[in-house]
Amino acid sequence: MITNTFVDFEASRKLFVKRVVISGIFVLILLSLIMARYYDLQVTRHQDFVTQSDNNRVHVRPVSPTRGLIYDRNGKLLADNRSTYNLTIVRERSEDLDKLLADLGSLIDISENDISEFKKRLNRRKPFANTALKFDLTEQDRSILAVNSFRLEGAEVSAHLTRHYPKEAMFAHAVGYVGRINEQEMSIIDPVRYSGTDSIGRIGIEKEYENHLIGQVGSEHVETNARGRVMRLMSKKDPQPGQNLTLHLDSNLQQVAYNALENYRSALIAIDVKSGGILAMVSTPSYNPNAFVSGIGKKHYAALINSADRPLFNRALRGQYPPGSTIKPMLGLIALNEEIVTAEHTISDSGYFYLDGVSRPWRDHNAKKGGHGADVNLARAIVESCDVYFYTMSTEMDIDLLSSNSKLFGFGGKTNIDIPGEQIGIMPDRHWKKNELGEAWFDGDTVNASIGQGFMLATPLQLAVMTARIASNGKIVTPRLVKAINGEGIEPNHENSDLTDIDTLHWDYIHKAMQDVIHSPKGTANKISTGLNYRMAGKTGTAQVVSIDADDEYDKTKMQERQWDHSLFIAFAPADDPEIAVALIVENGGHGSVIAAPIVRLVIDEFMKTSTNESLVLR
Amino acid sequence: MHESDFVRRIQSLGDRSDEKNVLELDYFLIAILLSLCSVGILIIYSATGQDTFFVKRQLLFIAFGFTLMCIMANLSPRVWDRWALFLYAIGIVSLGMVLAFGVEANGAKRWLNLGFTRLQPSELMKVAVPLMISSYISKSSVPPTFKTILVSIMLILLPVLLVINQPDLGTALLIFISGLIVLFLSGIGRSYIISGFILALAAIPSLWLFVMRDYQKQRVLTMFNPEQDKLGAGWNIIQSTTAIGSGGWYGKGWMNGTQSQLNFLPESHTDFIIAVLAEEFGLVGVMVLNCLYLILVGRCISISMNSESMFGRLLAASIGLTLFVFVLVNLAMVSGVLPVVGAPLPFISYGGTAIVTLFGGFGILMCISNESKTNRSSN
Repeated sequence: MITNTFVDFEASRKLFVKRVVISGIFVLILLSLIMARYYDLQVTRHQDFVTQSDNNRVHVRPVSPTRGLIYDRNGKLLADNRSTYNLTIVRERSEDLDKLLADLGSLIDISENDISEFKKRLNRRKPFANTALKFDLTEQDRSILAVNSFRLEGAEVSAHLTRHYPKEAMFAHAVGYVGRINEQEMSIIDPVRYSGTDSIGRIGIEKEYENHLIGQVGSEHVETNARGRVMRLMSKKDPQPGQNLTLHLDSNLQQVAYNALENYRSALIAIDVKSGGILAMVSTPSYNPNAFVSGIGKKHYAALINSADRPLFNRALRGQYPPGSTIKPMLGLIALNEEIVTAEHTISDSGYFYLDGVSRPWRDHNAKKGGHGADVNLARAIVESCDVYFYTMSTEMDIDLLSSNSKLFGFGGKTNIDIPGEQIGIMPDRHWKKNELGEAWFDGDTVNASIGQGFMLATPLQLAVMTARIASNGKIVTPRLVKAINGEGIEPNHENSDLTDIDTLHWDYIHKAMQDVIHSPKGTANKISTGLNYRMAGKTGTAQVVSIDADDEYDKTKMQERQWDHSLFIAFAPADDPEIAVALIVENGGHGSVIAAPIVRLVIDEFMKTSTNESLVLR
Repeated sequence: MHESDFVRRIQSLGDRSDEKNVLELDYFLIAILLSLCSVGILIIYSATGQDTFFVKRQLLFIAFGFTLMCIMANLSPRVWDRWALFLYAIGIVSLGMVLAFGVEANGAKRWLNLGFTRLQPSELMKVAVPLMISSYISKSSVPPTFKTILVSIMLILLPVLLVINQPDLGTALLIFISGLIVLFLSGIGRSYIISGFILALAAIPSLWLFVMRDYQKQRVLTMFNPEQDKLGAGWNIIQSTTAIGSGGWYGKGWMNGTQSQLNFLPESHTDFIIAVLAEEFGLVGVMVLNCLYLILVGRCISISMNSESMFGRLLAASIGLTLFVFVLVNLAMVSGVLPVVGAPLPFISYGGTAIVTLFGGFGILMCISNESKTNRSSN
């Protein structure tokens, strides 16, 4: 059967061997090349790939610190952290996101707003990060989700600590609130510091003391698989909780004030005369700060923002009102000190005051027809609130002198209270009018200013500060909300000033007059002296309304009510060694003695009840 | 003497006790093959996250393949010479059936569902084509004439085109190469080789334009710059090179490879299994594996050299070399030197058809080995 010759066979065999050898060499060369590649990967660049494989699997996760708690001076909680449960989704772990969302929507209530907010968050999250879909799940939602978890791959319920304000609306304007970090804030915050939290202080104490409250973020190194599921914890650095704040605020005082004022548009500030600590800060109407913590709904927010009563507006700090007669004691002090009047100086009040060259007279608002009559001295002018006395005095007092002295009492400038947003009001002088209105100062402007009307505007906080400075014979103390940080007390900030140069006799004279406002039968606030078992000093005020809200014009029926006078009252007690100073303004409340004075008395009564056995509670 | 001996052997199929008491087996070859399979089992166990499902199935395939090899080893090479065309025809028909009723997975039809298991006919062709070409050329003149070469190329191109249509360019190229190896070994003239090489170069642009699908082009482009598409096409290559590179000299230890255990590595028990081995056993492990393959190829070539018939010689050498080309292509692909194509690592990767086909190939190899031994002893 062998068709080939032996020679052919040998030749073809040789050729075959040659080809096999060539192939063998070729194969060995290729193998060497590939092994060179493996050597390069496994030996030369080994370290790079070790790093890369570790980066693949080892992830650093932030561990949220607990936000510092906020207490009142008695150790009552004003802001704490509650466990809440959020529904979160890891995009990479879900095979079909739309189906997952639809499935979740069929189990629990998920609004379109939830979904659109979720998609926004989804766009700015890191790969494999939890993205929140719905906050604050109810017990029922959680159990429904737990039962169905097997078919909700990618979705999970995660526990979080969420800010909670147990006193709700009562402290909203002082404590403020936290909110979810928005895009704008995202670009300015330290991303590492905020990696464990999605909240940030927005307003009030929460904003001003953000750096103390937030704490230090912790971290944990975890090993994850390719789908992002955590396989084990490798190491952990515990977070440092935020510092706890103790405020000067007294819940009892706040409660009394808030309950009395809840249905008014009003602001009350009570100051500890000696330390400058704010004992109560109420602005009504208020709002529930808890609504802002997890993101407030659009409707809810619109209702708050569009309300004619402006609940979000912090009147205590930002409301600017004509101070009215409440500045009369201060003006008296300035006049005595500058020797413009003496204690013995008297005028006769016919009920009207005429200025040379002005045909229209100034009326005395606090007198029946015929005026306060003859022999009105400074004390009587304060006790009975005689406008004509101050009108007359103003002709002798240069506005620039009046203005610069008033600024020492806190008007026209910041009080430097430790929450953001305070307004400075207006303490007018020649320079101011020229600058702002481009007009020269008239003597008539000074007449208006002498009863706290005209251009002059002040915040309730400024009125309270003024009252405290009068009460302490001119000591200037910066108003403060925070009393202690992590139990460590903050020293009151005293400033040196010219006020302390004022003669003690002048202080005593004004203090006596202010006591008589309440304790003398002729005093404008004599009604509140009934049953008073301590000495209180005060001054009523009634401010003609210059509307502070342009929106009011649209509502005719409300317009009527809102043209009523504002009711003001300032007071301090006990009169011989003052501890507390209070200022209150009730918008459109009428005469100061009618609404404001009785409420201030309630607050001071509450203070006097506890002040004798007060103990410092520091947390 | 050849003739009568062959005839007798064919006639005495299954009744060999008159000659020897034991099966005629190449125990050296068996030792190497079983070593490779054991390595495969170890790595599959680790790569599947200690899941015994794949290990059990692979053991089943190995047992079946091994039995098949033992039976085939005891047939005469003559049988294979005669059955070559028949096997080739079965292969072609089943490839046609794949195109008609194949099971689709990942956008390609590669499998035939046989009810109890899935068959991948293209894997079958990796052995059937060298067998067919060896048989055809050895029957005509050696070195082959132009006509023989032309027919051979047609025989190679027919299954290649069918596989390209699945589409599975990688396997098609491997089948093509397995056929060309036989042609090269048969001693075709240098001028044919050079002109063939030029023709191949010229064909590349039209291959790119008309044959290759977008995803295939993407894979080629990805190879050159995997970072460009980190989470898409580049993911496989980045993860496999990371696995290999982080293994270092000695590896992270069996079942300790983070890339494979944490599922960063794709296809870790099939095409990318070498990355698991490289990660867990290091460069040393890769070198040991390559030594096993080299010994295997060496053994194939030694069998080939000892074979008396042209058919046996061609087939033995081409099976060995083809196997090594598969190994090289796989190692190159996983380490990012070649584009990602469907090329399993012989005897190591999980996969039934490949294992059974490989054992079948070595069964034929063993019977060539037996033939030369018998011839020598009877001489």
